[in-house]
Amino acid sequence: MRFMLLMIPGGYAEAAPGTMPDAAAVAEMMKYNEALGKAGVLLALDGLHPPSMGARVTFAGGKATIIDGPFSEAKEVIGGYWMIQVRSREEALEWAARCPAGERDTIEVRQVQEFADFPADVQAAAGSLPDLLARSDDRPSA
Amino acid sequence: MSATATGRAIDAVWRIESPRLIAGLTRLTRDVGVAEDLAQDALVAALEQWPASGVPVNPGAWLMAIAKRRAIDRFRREELGERKRDEFGRVELARREAAPGFDASLDDDIGDDLLRLVFIACHPVLSRQARVALTLRLIGGLTTAEIARAYLASEATIAQRIVRAKRTLTEARVPFEMPQGADRAGRLASVLEVLYLIFNEGYCATAGDDWLRPSLCEDALRMGRIVAQLMPREAEVHGLVALLEIQASRTAARVRPNGEPVLLLDQDRSRWNHLLIRRGFAALDRSERLGGTLGPYALQAAIAACHARARIAEETDWVRIAALYDALLEVMPSPIVALNRAVAVGFGYGPAAGLEAVEELRFEKSLEGYYLLASVRGDLLARLGRGAEAAFEFRRAAAATANARERALLLDRAKAAGDVDSALAVRRGRTRRHQA
Repeated sequence: MRFMLLMIPGGYAEAAPGTMPDAAAVAEMMKYNEALGKAGVLLALDGLHPPSMGARVTFAGGKATIIDGPFSEAKEVIGGYWMIQVRSREEALEWAARCPAGERDTIEVRQVQEFADFPADVQAAAGSLPDLLARSDDRPSA
Repeated sequence: MSATATGRAIDAVWRIESPRLIAGLTRLTRDVGVAEDLAQDALVAALEQWPASGVPVNPGAWLMAIAKRRAIDRFRREELGERKRDEFGRVELARREAAPGFDASLDDDIGDDLLRLVFIACHPVLSRQARVALTLRLIGGLTTAEIARAYLASEATIAQRIVRAKRTLTEARVPFEMPQGADRAGRLASVLEVLYLIFNEGYCATAGDDWLRPSLCEDALRMGRIVAQLMPREAEVHGLVALLEIQASRTAARVRPNGEPVLLLDQDRSRWNHLLIRRGFAALDRSERLGGTLGPYALQAAIAACHARARIAEETDWVRIAALYDALLEVMPSPIVALNRAVAVGFGYGPAAGLEAVEELRFEKSLEGYYLLASVRGDLLARLGRGAEAAFEFRRAAAATANARERALLLDRAKAAGDVDSALAVRRGRTRRHQA
């Protein structure tokens, strides 16, 4: 089963554009990432620029509206994620607990929905969605 | 945390820590059996203490400290003259070799120990079954109950298999070291074979609670990734990982909701997992960059990658696949590979060329009565418009298969091919499909 570990760094909602973690924190995190890799559980990971460099698209009144960051109302924003493949929810939680995170940080652990988890009728209804995903997917030529 | 929640947390810690724990303890005691006993002792201590104290900050170090203390107790007892050997006579051996550099030995690179443990678990002195069980237990961190469930065997059977395997290793005095020289290639091949066997047990689920089987694929992949990290210079390890990642990427498309299998060319490719495909491409790339002739796993991965690159079945680069099968035949001569090559030739160079390749296999002893040989011939003949001959082959294939669903499918094709008009229709349909 796959889990997404969502890193919610404390104070990241107000972080200035271009904010980067300091070298010592990165070195610590690299050790953690390496441990995930060596254990064979890490599928993918990425870090995200702060919301001050991003934007939100809302759909109030059925109309798409773009609001540039930062977002004054947001307290918790995502700073990055790890996608891991493990045998149980407990194992995902154990890995999250080992993250060298700061005192104000939070990691949200969420299981990835697998296509096979959906009942047959939902699978049928979802049939066209992954189809679209596949077409837009730019596959690397190995 | 409730007691059961702590119990599950301990299971998770065990899964993460036990391979390295047992590897370090094996270096210390020079005996996998003793090492696992010590690790188990530490686990029992955790089960007793953690529900009250909570899981410690560094559970791996905690477990190792307890196991080490138990090991020291054990050695001391022996030194005090309690020379009671256990049933395998392992006490003497353990004390003699492990006593010096006791503390330092655990702080050295644990990765090397883990790799030695991988080689021990897959040692050729053990039967294939024993290698699989021991690898899942020691490297995969699975409990005996989990292995039993995955293999639809009783827990007692698996437990006994593991006990016997450890005894065999002790009796054979298998050293805790990296295989060198001429031995190395064969030992590595055994490791890769064990991982591939485990993956296939999950991938070709033949019976039982199939929801348990995909986890076996994940276990094999996880261990493959671990071994690839430990041996980054071994092209075939990356080749195997590439093959497993790409095959695993098709899991969601391989079975219909009613449990019916879907053949590769009929799969809904939008359901393939593109993250796994990309990981497979990356692993294959690493394998190819290491140079040398591609081994059997890397070649199979390269073939799988050809399928993964084709957005629709009709875009498949069959000419390249046929060439890869040629190379695979060189390193792994087998009639089954030759049959697969014939299929690729049939798509890449047309049914006449495919049929020519199949004809070479008609008198192959090991393919006698193999339904796929007849089925492939039938398909090629049908595409050549030789309906009556095709129908004969499909009926022959139907009689040879043990699978009822497959038999029905083949009889349908026999009926369609027997009627010349529908045979031509099939041919036209296929031609159109392959030009699309």
